[in-house]
Amino acid sequence: MKIDKNQLLRFTTAGSVDDGKSTLIGRLLFDSKSIFEDQLAAVENSSKQKGIDGVDLAMFTDGLKDEREQGITIDVAYRYFTTPKRKFIIADTPGHIQYTRNMVTGASTANAAVVLIDARHGVIEQTKRHTFIASLLNIPHIIVCINKMDLVDYSEETFNSIVEQFEEFSSKLLIKDVRYIPISALNGDNVVNRSEHMSWFQGSPMLHELETLHISSDINKVDARFPVQTVLRPQRKGYEDYRGYAGRIASGIYRVGDEVSVLPSGFNSKIKTINAGEKEVEEAFAPMSVAMTLQDDIDISRGDMIVKVNNQPELSQEFDVMLCWLNNSPVKPRTKYTIMHTSNEQKAVIKDVVYKMDVNTFKRNEEDKDLKMNDIARVKLKTSHRLMLDSYRDNRNTGSIILVDESTKETVAAGMIV
Amino acid sequence: MSTYYLNYLEELESEAIFILREVWAQFQNPVILFSGGKDSILVTHLAKKAFHPAKIPFALMHVDTGHNFPEAIQFRDDIVEKLGVNLIVGSVQKSIDDGRVAEEKGKNATRNALQITTLLDTIEEHKIDCAIGGGRRDEEKARAKERFFSHRDEFGQWDPKNQRPELWNLLNGKYFEGEHFRAFPISNWTEMDVWNYLTKENIEIPSLYLAHEREVVKRNGSWIPNSEYLVLEPNEEIVKKKIRFRTLGDITITGGIESDADTMEKIVEEVSTMRETERGNRSDDKRSETAMEDRKKDGYF
Ligand SMILES: Nc1nc2c(ncn2[C@@H]2O[C@H](COP(=O)(O)OP(=O)(O)OP(=O)(O)O)[C@@H](O)[C@H]2O)c(=O)[nH]1
Ligand SMILES: [Mg+2]
Repeated sequence: MKIDKNQLLRFTTAGSVDDGKSTLIGRLLFDSKSIFEDQLAAVENSSKQKGIDGVDLAMFTDGLKDEREQGITIDVAYRYFTTPKRKFIIADTPGHIQYTRNMVTGASTANAAVVLIDARHGVIEQTKRHTFIASLLNIPHIIVCINKMDLVDYSEETFNSIVEQFEEFSSKLLIKDVRYIPISALNGDNVVNRSEHMSWFQGSPMLHELETLHISSDINKVDARFPVQTVLRPQRKGYEDYRGYAGRIASGIYRVGDEVSVLPSGFNSKIKTINAGEKEVEEAFAPMSVAMTLQDDIDISRGDMIVKVNNQPELSQEFDVMLCWLNNSPVKPRTKYTIMHTSNEQKAVIKDVVYKMDVNTFKRNEEDKDLKMNDIARVKLKTSHRLMLDSYRDNRNTGSIILVDESTKETVAAGMIV
Repeated sequence: MSTYYLNYLEELESEAIFILREVWAQFQNPVILFSGGKDSILVTHLAKKAFHPAKIPFALMHVDTGHNFPEAIQFRDDIVEKLGVNLIVGSVQKSIDDGRVAEEKGKNATRNALQITTLLDTIEEHKIDCAIGGGRRDEEKARAKERFFSHRDEFGQWDPKNQRPELWNLLNGKYFEGEHFRAFPISNWTEMDVWNYLTKENIEIPSLYLAHEREVVKRNGSWIPNSEYLVLEPNEEIVKKKIRFRTLGDITITGGIESDADTMEKIVEEVSTMRETERGNRSDDKRSETAMEDRKKDGYF
């Protein structure tokens, strides 16, 4: 079971509307020979109907009727492809501000983001918003593709000046690894194959970068956290006393015999068995789905967390989160939302808006307290019971929350624990 | 400690088990939509793992078009017996007899779209609040847009332009009375992944997926199997070919491919060189550019 690298890379596209995200993914799939003949024929046919000669590459991901009619992406499309080096899950997300919630959906599980910029327009507000969201989501790698180079005569100066613009604003953000590539998604320059028009560019084409990105730190292997999803009580002969705690390990490593603490109650015990499916195993690690039994009879239910005695999350009812508001209807003061955190669910209220972020200037606005769709703000939350918390920077799985409005049942906000 | 990684099949397996357990925890009365095809067999197998040593806590639900591959029905009954789970059958024939739907007319008539009414009626009748499907995002362009937890309104409709955001692994399965959810635990699997996994885990599948001599007729570019429902056109003739099926749907519209792949290993090999998608042979998807999206909006699988 032990291998020395992640085989699966999940990446997302980002950037403003019409900067060429879907075209780029279409080009990537096409040039890497990941398009099937019937898919190609169907897209050729639809392109012809729209009066486009050749293929509209964006149609490989823009699959909804409305998307094709309007020529924009509305919701995330997931695409899959494999090269001899790696397996990829692509989330092609919309650039339109109205659909930012779908961009966040696609980006929330990504290990890398490909940010597109139209070479004619340079860095604009939506570029900054998406890059800011990517940095909030702690996406470790960002590949900035300066696209439509064919429309600016493949100019090195244009490329350099956009790189400078990007560096200037992104230096204020926490992004670990940024690379820049001049491309033409439409014509395929520097996507899979090296461009013949930009010999001045020394770097590699995009696919090569994606194949060789070193993704090591996306899962926390140190802090063991096991949120209990459900308790298995088989009504079966031979298993009368079996009580298995089922869940997916959020982070860290567990071994039979480990001394563990059950939160929030705080009772201690030792791990008796670990099951991965039908197999009994000696050790298990994130992101495995397992079922554990403990040596002592403790009352444990969904929402509890099994951790190591010597490494525990913070238990708290009041904490700060960076919140992205995703719903059309703004925050209603004093409303009790349902907060979902790991497998736990409680009530929560927004006690205070500490500041709102201006995504254009990255200035903090401490006066404006109204949260509307697409706003990003630091807020103070208070929950009905204690949650087992880690900061999002340390742990994506135990540092993230969503808020649900019970009057509509909709997910209205995404939050990252500070 | 940097050697603790899963290979991608294990990662997909773990994700699917997580989703199946989440369905069980969040819903009152979930079922697995079971067609007898490889994807629903895979989902059922994953459910077995997810709840071991307990039994699978879901009933299997089959929407029976009446136009079945006999092997698929046999397979269904065997698996139900082996797992000791309940089987719920929604019958399209009954929907027709009750006047809920009318049979399509004409040469390319199928019962494909009629399944929607039967599916939604059965969901309502049994008060099912979540139907777990074997749909995969790589199958089709509208399916590529699906969430893991996909909301259906009280009319069973999907609103692809207004889906709930779905962040990280936090799945919101909340609904109002009369609404329901579809859950797709193998969303991120490709056809290749499915075959690799079925092979690795030695999972039994209906023999229809393996190449055998079969009676078929060439129609719209694919090989349609001979069955009691087949009405021959004047210029058509039944021939014997070594055929296997990449997907199993309604027997009247599911085309097979010529193949020598008569073992799992050979299928894996063949699928890896395939130039057409598996649904390329299904006339239900070929009807129009948005055939799948339109059906899904109405409540289809
Ligand atoms: N000349 C030129 N045009 C391009 C290039 N890349 C994309 N385009 C065109 O730009 C337009 C928008 O492309 P899309 O791929 O749909 O843009 P998008 O970023 O996916 O847009 P949204 O998803 O709606 O945010 C289309 O007309 C493309 O043909 C390029 O490299 N050169
Ligand atoms: Mg797009």
